[in-house]
Amino acid sequence: MSQGKKLWLTARFLTLTALMVLVMAGCQEPTMSVLDPKGTVAEEQLSLIQLSVYIMTFVCVVVIGIFVYVLIRFRAKPGDNSIPEQVEGNMKLEILWTVIPIILLAIFAVPTVQKTFSLAEEAPAEGEPLRVKVTAHQYWWEFEYPDLGITTAQEMVIPTGERVYLELESKDVIHSFWVPKLAGKQDLVPGRTNTMWLDAKEPGVYAGRCAELCGASHALMNFEVKAQEPQEFEQWVDERQNPSSEPQNAQQEAGKEVFSQNCMSCHAIDGTAFKTKGEEAPNLTGFGHREKIAGLLEFNDKNLEEWLKNPEDVKPGTYMPSFDYLSDEDMDNLKAYLKSLE
Amino acid sequence: MTGGYNKQWLERFRSHWLWDWITTVDHKKIGILYLLGGGFFFIIGGLEAMLIRIQLFFPNNDFMVGREFNELLTMHGTTMIFFVAMPLLFALMNVAVPLQIGARDVAFPFLNSLGFWLFLAGGILMNLGWFFGNAPDAGWTNYVPIAANEYSAGPGIEYYVLGLQISGIGTLIGGLNFLVTIINMRAPGMSFLRMPLFTWTAFVASALILFAFPALTAGLFLVMFERIFGAAFFDVALGGNPVIWQHLFWIFGHPEVYIVILPAFGIMSDVISTFSKKRLFGYNSMVFAVLLIGFLGFMVWAHHMFTVGLGPVPNSIFAIATMAIAVPTGIKVFNWLFTMWGGKIEFTTAMLWAVGFIPTFVLGGVTGVMLASPAADFQFHDSYFVVAHFHYVLIGGTVFGLFSGAYYWWPKMFGHKLNETLGKWHFWLFFIGFHLTFFIQHFIGLFGMPRRHFTYQATDGLTLLNQISTVGAFMMAIGTIVLAINIYISAKKAIPAGNDPWDARTLEWAISSPPPEYNFAQLPRVRAMDAFWHEKMAGNKTMEPAGPLEPIHMPSSTHLPFFMTLGFFISGLGWVFRSLEVGVLGLVMVALVMFTHSFNHDHGYYIPLKDIKSNDPKKGAKA
Repeated sequence: MSQGKKLWLTARFLTLTALMVLVMAGCQEPTMSVLDPKGTVAEEQLSLIQLSVYIMTFVCVVVIGIFVYVLIRFRAKPGDNSIPEQVEGNMKLEILWTVIPIILLAIFAVPTVQKTFSLAEEAPAEGEPLRVKVTAHQYWWEFEYPDLGITTAQEMVIPTGERVYLELESKDVIHSFWVPKLAGKQDLVPGRTNTMWLDAKEPGVYAGRCAELCGASHALMNFEVKAQEPQEFEQWVDERQNPSSEPQNAQQEAGKEVFSQNCMSCHAIDGTAFKTKGEEAPNLTGFGHREKIAGLLEFNDKNLEEWLKNPEDVKPGTYMPSFDYLSDEDMDNLKAYLKSLE
Repeated sequence: MTGGYNKQWLERFRSHWLWDWITTVDHKKIGILYLLGGGFFFIIGGLEAMLIRIQLFFPNNDFMVGREFNELLTMHGTTMIFFVAMPLLFALMNVAVPLQIGARDVAFPFLNSLGFWLFLAGGILMNLGWFFGNAPDAGWTNYVPIAANEYSAGPGIEYYVLGLQISGIGTLIGGLNFLVTIINMRAPGMSFLRMPLFTWTAFVASALILFAFPALTAGLFLVMFERIFGAAFFDVALGGNPVIWQHLFWIFGHPEVYIVILPAFGIMSDVISTFSKKRLFGYNSMVFAVLLIGFLGFMVWAHHMFTVGLGPVPNSIFAIATMAIAVPTGIKVFNWLFTMWGGKIEFTTAMLWAVGFIPTFVLGGVTGVMLASPAADFQFHDSYFVVAHFHYVLIGGTVFGLFSGAYYWWPKMFGHKLNETLGKWHFWLFFIGFHLTFFIQHFIGLFGMPRRHFTYQATDGLTLLNQISTVGAFMMAIGTIVLAINIYISAKKAIPAGNDPWDARTLEWAISSPPPEYNFAQLPRVRAMDAFWHEKMAGNKTMEPAGPLEPIHMPSSTHLPFFMTLGFFISGLGWVFRSLEVGVLGLVMVALVMFTHSFNHDHGYYIPLKDIKSNDPKKGAKA
């Protein structure tokens, strides 16, 4: 088989594989796809990505077109020992392939600069925009709404159709805040405050990830952004400002006792009148409403017990100690209490 | 009386082949040593890559998780850049550059040997982490504070800091050596604008090393002082700033990308022009493009830091500067295409790698331009899209270039070719496996998977893509095994290839394979670009000598570089284990060897005329 044909076959094979993968991946429905934006920022970023893909596809087609033609047309024929003409160069051609890339880059550079500036817009002083202070910890996320007096963890709740301005800080190492469907990432660097804004166009739960290597459980530092209709959001704010964290039955009462003896120094729960207000670990107010345990495990009894008994197994390097010494009864009571937090 | 340790014993020791290799200052032998060293680390780095891909085969796999996985990815990246790409390029530079410029040797043979041993010592020191304590785990970029004592306990990061510091001295010395060699030791008539492209790229890469590595050295010193002596350059609580490290690292790290890609460009240029039987199209613009890429390479480091929060003004400036690099790179690609245009292309294995390089590198290049846009980069950054991009550039560029160069110069190094059939198997397995592994990763990234994640969730919709990627990686591994078999089989048969097996164009093919110790019996007179081709076209079989046949002065072998390195190694080990005594002891040893070397009155030796003449004329007695 000739080289040209081989190459052609390879090219065909690669294209086919690529198509196949795309189709099959489509069936799998990636939950964090940049290509499926649900917010203004992600949409603008996607439009920039698309523009660059068009330009770059054009470049690739031209180059690979010439490439394939050359390989087929100019391969050495057996028995032909002549020496090809030794061409020095061609000024016109060389200028042509200097100028065309410059033009293409200019087409890409203008919207790039525009969008770079528009995405960096700061929160306006007037109109009381919604601000959230995001603080990253190894390996969890803290979301504080300074104007609303709410602190939560692992889940950031926002109203749809409204710009939310984020202030990003880190308590330990560098992390990176990324919700692919809503907005590109921004680092959280100790010692500085970064800002970004995002919005969600429709209600939903959007997966987020830590994108900067931050230690053993970097891959498990997941979080979610819950976008709700504005009135639903108001309701959530209301609930969180007046949390009902008091035990409703004897088991939960006993659980609260276990909590105060074991968990309270690190975890805070609003509205419980605990003497110490733990701030080292996620605020557990409204824990019973969470979608996930530790931002990761499906919320059920079995997983909750697994997490409490040996967090290190779930998240390597986590700072939460194991509570495997609790008696079965204490454990059940604690779980009941935690689940009751609304 | 002496327990048998007499002069005879010493003599036997000195005549052993191993001692010969340890003490050699011959650039061709050092080239082979670099090839062996780089090849060894290539196996290690490759195994690490396979482990990474195995872990990512299933969602929530628990094969290698947490810190173990971070160690793997750190060691894979660091090994591949510092202990595979750079030394293998140094191998080819050592073999080819002095020959291409018609020199008898490099400018500083002693330093050349020292550079190799320091690289090897650094690589070994760093890999010791696997066996003693723990391996570094903060990524090849070693960002603080994740690399600070508080967040990476144990000696892991010390292995990184000291391993890179030691091998970095070697690289700096090596780069300096090539700069001086190329400036000072060109044969008569070999003007700068007659130099083969590989020599040009080696020259520019060496200049980049000269300016980039000190930034890394400074950064590593700061980390070392912070970790071992409690300084606080990066500690926010004590007034430091972790972003300092990122600037220092990328002021080195970005040019580093060009340090490993430019020589690959050079290899491609030489190989493509040889196997198309044409001179390089637009030679002057190629040289200009290389210089421009080298220059711009220093202006764009902050594009690795778009998400750090530098603000839209610096981000935009660095974005435009980065995009500008696409212009000279584009010039090169079109010049390669038009070198083949109108030629007679012969698809040897070396040429296949060069040809496979073009579309692959173009793909890596265009994603580079995409990444240069800060607003879009907020989505790409630290995702698998970036992983795909830089593997397209580093494998599709550097590794393909290395393979091409290895097949091309193998007969010059060892006197026999590598088997072409096995070579083609190697190419196709590796080439297809490569695209299967990394093309997919663009989509893994766009579908939201961050890099350096040891797992993904079953519900993320990333399973199949990751599995395909892993299968591709295994194909690449099989391809590499074919290469190993090829090397073994070809060496066993060892069919002599002759001086000029490819009907090539540059000076190195004018002398015997492998060349004698002194390269050229008489330095050649260079009368045109592609000097040897010019002579062949003029009907001459050999180069015209530039001077009379005279005894040749050569430097003596020396064991001092090896022992100086040993001193550095011991010292490094001392600091890793935070033992002041051992750390200082090693440095004292270094100083002693330096002292010895300074007062060593060894003027080298002469090869008498009769020995030069007695060499078979076909084997390169004449230049």
